[in-house]
Amino acid sequence: MPRMKRSAKTVYDWLERRLQLEGPVKDAVLHPVPRNTASWWYVFGSAAFTLLMLQIVTGILLALVYEPSAAQAWNSLQVLNHQIPLGWYIRALHGWGSNFMVAIVFIHMTQVFLFGAYKYPRELTWIVGVFLLLMTLGMAFTGQVLRFDQDAYWGLGIGVFMVSRVPWLGGGLVHLLLGGPTIAGATLSRFFTLHVFVIPGLLLLFALVHVWMVLKLGINEWPMPGRVVRRATYVAEYNKLAHEDGIPFVPGAFWKDLVFSGAVIACVAVCAAVFGPYGPGGMPNPSIIQTTPKPDFAFLWIFSILAYLPPALETPVILIAPIVAIAALVTLPFIAGEGEKSWHRRPVAVLTVTTIAVAWGVFTHLGTFTPWSPHMDAWSADTLPAKYLHDATPLVREGAVVFQAKQCRNCHEVGGEGGMRGPALDDVATRMTPDQMRYKVVTGGGNMPAFGKNLSPPEIEALVAFLETLHPSNVPPAVDAAQQAIEKNGAPPPSGGSD
Amino acid sequence: MVERNDSPNLPSTGPEIGKASELASDREGPRVVSRRWLLMKAGIALNGLVGIGLAIPIVRYLFAPVRPDNTYKSWVSLGPENDFPMGQTRMVTFKNPWVRAWDGPTDDIPCYVRRTGTSDFRVFAINCAHLGCPVRWFPQSQLFMCPCHGGVYYADGSRASGPPERGLFTYDYKVVRGQLQIDAGQMPTLSNTAKLVNIAAPNQDGDCPCRG
Repeated sequence: MPRMKRSAKTVYDWLERRLQLEGPVKDAVLHPVPRNTASWWYVFGSAAFTLLMLQIVTGILLALVYEPSAAQAWNSLQVLNHQIPLGWYIRALHGWGSNFMVAIVFIHMTQVFLFGAYKYPRELTWIVGVFLLLMTLGMAFTGQVLRFDQDAYWGLGIGVFMVSRVPWLGGGLVHLLLGGPTIAGATLSRFFTLHVFVIPGLLLLFALVHVWMVLKLGINEWPMPGRVVRRATYVAEYNKLAHEDGIPFVPGAFWKDLVFSGAVIACVAVCAAVFGPYGPGGMPNPSIIQTTPKPDFAFLWIFSILAYLPPALETPVILIAPIVAIAALVTLPFIAGEGEKSWHRRPVAVLTVTTIAVAWGVFTHLGTFTPWSPHMDAWSADTLPAKYLHDATPLVREGAVVFQAKQCRNCHEVGGEGGMRGPALDDVATRMTPDQMRYKVVTGGGNMPAFGKNLSPPEIEALVAFLETLHPSNVPPAVDAAQQAIEKNGAPPPSGGSD
Repeated sequence: MVERNDSPNLPSTGPEIGKASELASDREGPRVVSRRWLLMKAGIALNGLVGIGLAIPIVRYLFAPVRPDNTYKSWVSLGPENDFPMGQTRMVTFKNPWVRAWDGPTDDIPCYVRRTGTSDFRVFAINCAHLGCPVRWFPQSQLFMCPCHGGVYYADGSRASGPPERGLFTYDYKVVRGQLQIDAGQMPTLSNTAKLVNIAAPNQDGDCPCRG
């Protein structure tokens, strides 16, 4: 054994004399960090980096089989899913790794923001981090395109339509994005290049620069209320803190990074095993239009916002909001580079995070069930509750048929089934008089198309007769106030006033 | 900022090469040194020139897909005009005229043909004018509906409700020897359809597809 140990030492020394890595590595490993940064709150950055490594490894494994051509990509994913042993699992690891990476990067950014870590002297670390976030999202989008299915095809279409709104340059940008005039082979090739070469290369480079700066500038100390950042004194104060109340980075803080990263990768592995890979969905054949395109989870909030924007605001918001958001993130450390770091003394920061988190949650939740989309097959698939047709006259029954056959159901719920684009109609008769319904059906308005040209007068009468019956038994239907007065008091005399 | 935590008992590292104080240039005259700087600048300039020389073909290559729309478009047949009954809207699929061998199923582009008169047609793009999702035609209610964000259009392609700012995009068409042909090849978007709308055959009823 001692001989083996000796020869191992000889090999090590031989390598070390040439590589000369021991010094810098020891510097990095043993540099002192403030004691209270050895916290579970400081583990997200290293977890994001570990996930990046997982994505690179699983990505390379997938590239062994994946065929980046529009004609064969979908088929090669089927082969991965069904023919190559555990091909499905590698796809699932990559897909879930992507979800976790997006989530962890966002959590890391929120933590860094709330802990004031972007302040002097770590401004550039933050800015590089902003680009890392954008590249992570870029990887998520281009990855969705590489899963070349219907969602990928129409998701690209959405991207194209957003880009096409750029004044003057829109058309050229669309051609650049697609590699031609339509979504086709050239499009997938360039998204493959982006996803496999361009963005990962930059992502890795930026991530290394990011880590380099964390090592050089020191990890952000735990923010204490009243410990204010000043450019003149911060570095000296930090060094004092790191040396007087510090511990070596390894193992003091690093063991938590290791444990958390391991746990996150284990979670990815379990999710991948339990939930399996994403798709691919239907073939990317644009002539198969029986599809309801939807982006991946990370982009559902954008999908929702696009549904709620008024038409006149679409283009300005699509083109200006991303620029404003990125500019705000990049300029943040210059606007608030000094001052309090503690969230106890930064109510605006806390409020901003809370507002964004709630808005993101609401929009993402809405994106999961898209209440703004018509249910394309509700008219033929959803049943009418029997109570609505019980004891119904032939005219009312005819109205119910019109209601289904003319696709009213695609946008209007009845009995908890149907689209949610328009209001549910279970109690429509309590809100609208028959005349109001007739007017609304014929002329449309608001979000409703006009059906005047597409319904015959008997159909409209039947439909309104059916809608008139839609009210709870204990709530009377709405009536016209003037009509009610006439019914109550009898017709007014032809001239002069009575009572 | 963080001080290096060098421990004094590090094993001696490899031979130290190129320490500034040992450079031979220190013993040389200023003219020799300035000549080296000049040569270095010449080297940078040479590399700059070569770089620019390479950048031109690279940029040209990168921007190759950016072309006028008309070079991508050509006339495609949708079949005999008699396949389209009067007053009805039918979905047709055509092969995109601009193809590569590895396009696969992405070349099968659908569109809607509505026949409004003996030789009057309206050919609508499949893409919703909002964000390009595929609209579906419902003959019963005579509406096009979009599954993505709920854009709805009337039978004549004009906007009925929802987020779209305009009606459905239309293709230019002509009838040649009984075949209905459209000028296709370019994904219709808000950036290129101004042309499509202007070139479109005049409508009998003066209906404008960008109405609404």
